[in-house]
Amino acid sequence: MDPAFPVLSLLIFLPLGGALLIALLPGKHTPTQAFWQNTPGTVQQQARWIALGVSLAALIIALVMFILFDRGADGFQFVDEFAWIDAQSVGFNIGYAFGVDGLSMPLVLLTAVLSVVAVLVSWNIDLRPKEYFAWLLVLQTSVFGVFTALDLIFFFLFWELELIPMFLLISTWGSGNRNYSAMKFVLYTVFGSAFMLAGFLVLGSAADTFDIRELRTADLGAAILPAQAIFSFILIAFAIKLPVFPLHTWLPDAHTDAPTAVSVLLAGVLLKMGGYGILRLLFTLMPEVGADADLALAIIGAVSIVYGAIVTIRQTDLKRLIAYSSVSHMGFVLLGVSALGVEGMSGAALQLVTHGLITGMLFVMVGLIYDRTHTRQIGEMRGLIHYMPLLGAGMVFAGLAGLGLPALAGFVAEITIFLGAFGRHEAPVLVSLLGVLLAAGYILWALQRSIFGPRDEKWAGLTDSNHWTEFAAIGALTALIVLLGVYPRLVMDLLVQGVEPIVEQLEAVAALRGGGG
Amino acid sequence: MLSDVNLLGPELVLMVIGGFLLIADLFIKQRRVLVGVTVAGLLGSLVYTTVLLSEGFVTSEAFNGILVFDHFAVFFQVLLIGAALAAVLVSQHTLARLPSRRGEYLALILFSTAGLQLLAGTRDLIGIFIALELTSLAQYVLVGFHKDRWGSEAGLKYLLTGAIASAVLLYGMAILLGLTGSTNLADISRYIALEGAGREEALILAAVFLIAGFGFKAAVAPFQMWAPDAYTGAPTPVAAYLSVASKAAAFAIIIRVFFEALGDDLLAEHWKTIFAALAVISMFVGNIFALRQDNIKRMLAYSSVAQAGTLLIGLAAISADRSELLGASGILFYLAGYTVTNLAAFVVIIIIANQRGTYSIRDYAGLGRRTPWLAGILAFALISLIGLPPTALFFGKIYLFDTAVQSGLAWLAVIGTINTVISAAYYLRPVKAMFVDQPETDDEGEPAPIAPTSRGVLTTLSLASVGILIIGLVPSLVIDVAEQAVSAILS
Repeated sequence: MDPAFPVLSLLIFLPLGGALLIALLPGKHTPTQAFWQNTPGTVQQQARWIALGVSLAALIIALVMFILFDRGADGFQFVDEFAWIDAQSVGFNIGYAFGVDGLSMPLVLLTAVLSVVAVLVSWNIDLRPKEYFAWLLVLQTSVFGVFTALDLIFFFLFWELELIPMFLLISTWGSGNRNYSAMKFVLYTVFGSAFMLAGFLVLGSAADTFDIRELRTADLGAAILPAQAIFSFILIAFAIKLPVFPLHTWLPDAHTDAPTAVSVLLAGVLLKMGGYGILRLLFTLMPEVGADADLALAIIGAVSIVYGAIVTIRQTDLKRLIAYSSVSHMGFVLLGVSALGVEGMSGAALQLVTHGLITGMLFVMVGLIYDRTHTRQIGEMRGLIHYMPLLGAGMVFAGLAGLGLPALAGFVAEITIFLGAFGRHEAPVLVSLLGVLLAAGYILWALQRSIFGPRDEKWAGLTDSNHWTEFAAIGALTALIVLLGVYPRLVMDLLVQGVEPIVEQLEAVAALRGGGG
Repeated sequence: MLSDVNLLGPELVLMVIGGFLLIADLFIKQRRVLVGVTVAGLLGSLVYTTVLLSEGFVTSEAFNGILVFDHFAVFFQVLLIGAALAAVLVSQHTLARLPSRRGEYLALILFSTAGLQLLAGTRDLIGIFIALELTSLAQYVLVGFHKDRWGSEAGLKYLLTGAIASAVLLYGMAILLGLTGSTNLADISRYIALEGAGREEALILAAVFLIAGFGFKAAVAPFQMWAPDAYTGAPTPVAAYLSVASKAAAFAIIIRVFFEALGDDLLAEHWKTIFAALAVISMFVGNIFALRQDNIKRMLAYSSVAQAGTLLIGLAAISADRSELLGASGILFYLAGYTVTNLAAFVVIIIIANQRGTYSIRDYAGLGRRTPWLAGILAFALISLIGLPPTALFFGKIYLFDTAVQSGLAWLAVIGTINTVISAAYYLRPVKAMFVDQPETDDEGEPAPIAPTSRGVLTTLSLASVGILIIGLVPSLVIDVAEQAVSAILS
């Protein structure tokens, strides 16, 4: 491929173009016409096929990039850049700059996969389908942007852009207390980004650039705030997004009330933006602060793991249960990062990918089951496997992957994190092991009460999974979870390549201190 | 002398056409003709400005420095003409409701615009006062133009508080004149540089009075008390005009006075404190009061107070660090973005009010489904007001906050961003109403979709909304112009 070909820009803005195309589709929502006229059916079909086509095209682009990715090279690849604002006299320079490295490439691919899945599980949305699919694609653009931005301002731009589709998707197509949840989600995120923006601006004004590549080597001694303060400012935003106890309270509400596809994307990729940000921005730009913060991060991580797990056990709503389990699982990311080594950090990055797939699948399964039973209360379900063997099996598979069964994706990530972190923070790791035990408990208990058990006649009329979109979504996720479980090197090599520069910086910091002290 | 009058040309065109309208009103009854003449006058003034610009009159002075024609003045002249054009073009419905006095209404908008233009292009305390009175007198009448209960209350309230603000301003000018012996900004600056030391208290007192007077026009808290009532009672096009034009011109003159006349390092530290304090007060007062409004005009009135606070962050930043004076281009950029954004929001509100007769946010329910393009534009404008991408004010906020951080006021940037969070809570309410809520009166059948009333309204709306997007996507277009404009202030 021609190196100058702006493949990343194409990837980022393709979904946005698709969204515009869908928005411009003619046709009103009038349920009386025949299907070949511009009925809701036709509009719905056009919108979902365009959405699927665009997501698939994005997936193909991401796959091609993944294959062409140079596994030996340092730095960013597929870089697209030009000067966007060049106000030298004001010291205000912003570059349109995007690129991927070993850390972001797997996350871009994850986003592309889950976006296709999100379209597939939205196949039967009949409430204002045009708007729905358009916003779903806008969301996709914003996430691609966050994972590939090389300029802090563009990172922030896409970080904020994600709020608009999320707000409307949750509050319009959600369920339950959706308005409250959507607003809570927006306000929490904006609160975090307030501090993040302040941190970015301090960084940018100290180094006279917002470019991540230049900031890495820039001297931040001239910043008007100490590096510790900048680090904490930006950490607030990522900790809310990840989320970390006690900043997690938006997550169960948003997850529970969001439509299935949005839950999939929220858990699958949006939370990952927090973990990605910690690695990409905090530890890359301010390794010396990160090296000091390791114990604090390990403790916060361990607390999140255990607290999340304990709260999960008490949940009666299947979706809420998965939401709280995410809090617990995202704690592992912090634990892995706090190890400051290649093993722990790449484990944390792998956890981002595997948790995205596993929790994405859990939400898909719960969504499909809910479509049939119209309840998510664990207490009201039992014996579903007798009537829906396929969905039941899928749910059990995803649950087992979630509790970290060996040979499935989640196991590799968690074991790598434990191995990486144990040498450095023994106590937090030991406490975190409790989280793994609890995870086995809450998942198996929930499965036992909802999927297994005696036949219940009230479910007798339910059909099992019977549509190709459902097969495709379940099949793709199952295959990927198994694939990463048995052959994690597929992405692990890339992730290691991505975190190595960070670890080298951290080691340089340690060596400097060791030599000086 | 002739060239002196020449420089006054853009304002003179407006005044002459305004005077003509007052007389023409007696025998021309067609609304179209009157509006056409007004638009021609505004465009004529714009053309005059362009001609002066291309003929090389830039940075020349007239009337002993009372009038100055520099890039800074030109920037605001163009902005103000734009705002006035928008106000005139969307006034169709307001004019139709008036049995007579149509010419007066249009003439007053022209007079007020001429006054604001003068304000941006004067370098003398006398000039400032004349300009301010010219625009204020016109605006008092415009605000109370509907002689109903709300209109009269609004007009009277604006007049009384405005009179006090003028008096206070005049008092500050008198002190300044007494101290320095001159009304010319350049002379005042020279005096302060030579003999200012030891007279700081008196200078600060004078400056505080000036800030009160200008802050009143810009709707800066705690001088904002007129805004909610005036916005609600005034004809909506007038409210739109006030919210952008008055604010822009007021910030223009604050920048000019405080960085041409009072910009000495001796005092800058004090300005930093004052502007920062006012910024914090304005943002919190505006945003917190806006939270509880159901009338969208009242909500936008408080929002405009909060936006003035955001702009003040820029002023505090340049005061803190004079080398950041070019950061003043951030204020100009933000004003440009705010102008198109607020105009777009107000035009949608006017269209809706014309056909549904309501300003209640609750009544906006279901609009997103019935008239998606209109609801979409309002939502886009509100998203810009929050400062979310990809809009003009997303970038404007980053620019202003960056200026603050660069001059060591990171805490102010943090307060600014936290206020963004508060503002999201109310700016999103109309969005939610339009796109999420179901209309209450389902049994009567759904209200009909809203059609654009006239070509003028549609043109204004599309220009404003495209402006939001363009400034958001290609900010360097406006930044370049803004930088050129503020470099005129650098001495």
